[in-house]
Amino acid sequence: MKKVGGRFALLALVVVLSVVFFLPSYKPLYQALPDWARKILPDKGITLGLDLQGGIHMVMEVDEDRAVEIAVERSVNSLQDLLVDKKLPAESVKRTASNQITIQFANAELKAQIQKLSEEYPTFFEVDAAGSANSLVWELREAEIKRIKDSAINQALETIRNRIDQFGVSEPLVQRQGLKQIVVQLPGVKEPKRAKDLIKETALLEFKMLDEDNQMKMDFPARIPKEKEAEVLAQFQGKVPEGDQILFEHQIDKDTGREFRTPYLVKKRVMLTGDVLSDARVSIGEFNDPYVSITFDAKGGREFERITGEHIKKRMAVVLDNTIYSAPVIQDRISGGRAQITGTFSTQEANDLAIVLRAGALPAPLKIIQDLTVGPSLGQDSIDQGVKSTFIAGILVVVFMIVYYRLSGVIADFALLLNLVCLLGALSALNATLTLPGIAGIVLTIGMGVDSNVLIFERIREELRAGKAVRLAVDGGYDKALLTIIDAHVTTLITGVALFLFGTGPIKGFAVTLCLGIAINLFTAFVGTKVVFDLLNQGKKVDTLSI
Amino acid sequence: MLEILGKTNFDFMGKRKIAFLFSGIMVLLGLIAIVQIARGAANLGIDFAGGTAVQLKFDQAIHIDEARKALESNGVGDAELQEFGQDNKLLVRVKASTTIEEKTAERVMAIFTKEFPNNKFMVESSTEIGPTIGKKLQEDALIAVVMSFAGIILYIAARFELRFGVAAALATFHDVLAVLGAFYLLDKEITLLVVTALLTLAGYSLTDTVVVFDRIRENLKLRRRDTEEATINTAVNQVLSRTIVTSLTVVLVLIPLTLAGGEVLHDFSLALLSGVIFGTYSSVFVASPLLLLWPGAGGRMMKRN
Repeated sequence: MKKVGGRFALLALVVVLSVVFFLPSYKPLYQALPDWARKILPDKGITLGLDLQGGIHMVMEVDEDRAVEIAVERSVNSLQDLLVDKKLPAESVKRTASNQITIQFANAELKAQIQKLSEEYPTFFEVDAAGSANSLVWELREAEIKRIKDSAINQALETIRNRIDQFGVSEPLVQRQGLKQIVVQLPGVKEPKRAKDLIKETALLEFKMLDEDNQMKMDFPARIPKEKEAEVLAQFQGKVPEGDQILFEHQIDKDTGREFRTPYLVKKRVMLTGDVLSDARVSIGEFNDPYVSITFDAKGGREFERITGEHIKKRMAVVLDNTIYSAPVIQDRISGGRAQITGTFSTQEANDLAIVLRAGALPAPLKIIQDLTVGPSLGQDSIDQGVKSTFIAGILVVVFMIVYYRLSGVIADFALLLNLVCLLGALSALNATLTLPGIAGIVLTIGMGVDSNVLIFERIREELRAGKAVRLAVDGGYDKALLTIIDAHVTTLITGVALFLFGTGPIKGFAVTLCLGIAINLFTAFVGTKVVFDLLNQGKKVDTLSI
Repeated sequence: MLEILGKTNFDFMGKRKIAFLFSGIMVLLGLIAIVQIARGAANLGIDFAGGTAVQLKFDQAIHIDEARKALESNGVGDAELQEFGQDNKLLVRVKASTTIEEKTAERVMAIFTKEFPNNKFMVESSTEIGPTIGKKLQEDALIAVVMSFAGIILYIAARFELRFGVAAALATFHDVLAVLGAFYLLDKEITLLVVTALLTLAGYSLTDTVVVFDRIRENLKLRRRDTEEATINTAVNQVLSRTIVTSLTVVLVLIPLTLAGGEVLHDFSLALLSGVIFGTYSSVFVASPLLLLWPGAGGRMMKRN
């Protein structure tokens, strides 16, 4: 007599564990539980993939070469300052290649003095030392380039994380993929465009002086539509004085909502950057228009005070990612380390601006190489239709099994249910992400579960036809089907493992459900249904089997 | 006992010439499809080819010709349009030639906003994939397929004999190629989801084949006097009712998914549905007859055990 008690206990344990793990995946029920229960229970379950609940999946690459260029440009700026400080009249200091600075000077005697300054720039080395008497070329060291590239991606990760945290998305994923890619996943985001803009923005804040004297001579158009920027740039190309650039002020017509641009001649030299900010908040001005008030850190505050003190009655441009937000006249020396960024923006835009300023600038622009956005409605449609059709399919199978195999069909249906419960439990326990291919994996698994039962039942029928007694026929059927089922499952498992190891993204999700499903299938087929048959055969002798 | 089939005794192996002919044609079609994919001439989904897809849901019905005209006159001429009439949905796909920097998705949305000011729309989904990602995905998929085939042949060779492993792998390959060929003929888009379906059906077809082989192995041990052809025929007949019942259940699952599963699941289920039919066919008419083509292995199975 085979004992069924132990196996029943095992089954019950597995089912209870599955349900416990699955509970947090079904939010309405989980929320309804009392606090103490939620404390004991696991708090994470299955997450729905983006294809099911909507959201954004982006893969980005940091433009590393640009990061190096930016670092070199910073050194150019500080070198210019240093040369002015030391009263060394260089003609020009320029970035001449992505990793090179060329310093030109009229007086050859300056060369030795400028060469001395290289002590302050240990990350550069001098090339072409025997070259022209009136110029010097400095190049960034390989090691430094590597360091900049490495830190660029880490900095970008950190910055994006900060921004997303402040934007407020539940369960975001920001992680590095491979050497230079960043993956961002924002499930369930309601305003995908806004979120994307927030992530992509370099958010480099700069304070630059307008070149008011030369601006007069330029004869710029007053206000142009947004699309005409390139035209204006082309028109004035070549007329821009050395050390200046044309930047556009961003304006929105309050009534029509149309965007306009006003060109300004701005000195290239950066007076101050957003690095020195300690805070940025949205405030509402007297005409109910929002602005961003920024607070500098101690060093930045002192710098800002000095700069404003030196440029009273002149106009300073507040530039974000090469767009001017406002260009106010400095009325007085500004102490206290505070300033305002005004401009024509909505409260939401002001809010986003404050976020990117607080979170800091990206070290270099991001290149988006993959962008999947699924609106919440499509996700819901997919779920509804998927669930509905899966439900119909399930009922068809259940009914078919009962019609074809009678009572044994009921047992098979029980195994099917057991399969599903265990699979959902296992996926919950692993905090897996369920995607459409994942659901496909579940369907395949259930198909295999049915198949296992069909194989066993057909074998039992053969044994019965051969005239064996019920109990022997059942045992014989299980024994003979065992090897077949194991072979079938292992071959499929091999496919599953290969897909898991070499597949990416959605295919991996498919592989996970498939592998789990196969393991669970073997369990339900050989423990789950067998124990029921044994129970039927227990005690009194059974003459017929409903199969 | 309800039975679809009683004890049968069909001569499946005798029909192998016709079967090989039919399968040969399907495989050829599949190979053509693969060559076309490699050449970039097939209807490859943007997840593999790279590009942009935007799905819009309009308030009112939108005419596909008008939409195409609007896109063309605004410089997006190479777009493919597909409408889901009942919901006023429109799917716009622009393939690889454009890079992601160009913000094709935003351009498409801007064009529709401009050209159809009175027909507001919602963006249901937008996908932009750089060509490098697509390439990577193709490579990964290929490696996964090669590895799993190698694994399967090794396992079956160890459990049965090498010829069984090779026959099973070939039969599975046959099914995948046949469905791929059918999709190519129907000019269906080959997306990541369709590839998932192909992998699923590979798993299914393999199971089917292994079940038949298992019975052949068992019979080879029991019926030593029969010819191999007869032994295989008997085995196929013995598992026939199981083969049909299982296929029928899977078909029962797939029909509602194909008809009512929504646009996302439709192609997926269609691929699976055709795959199940080919898979069932191949385990009987391809995998088993292939064993007969491998000469001189008649009695080895018995001796080894």
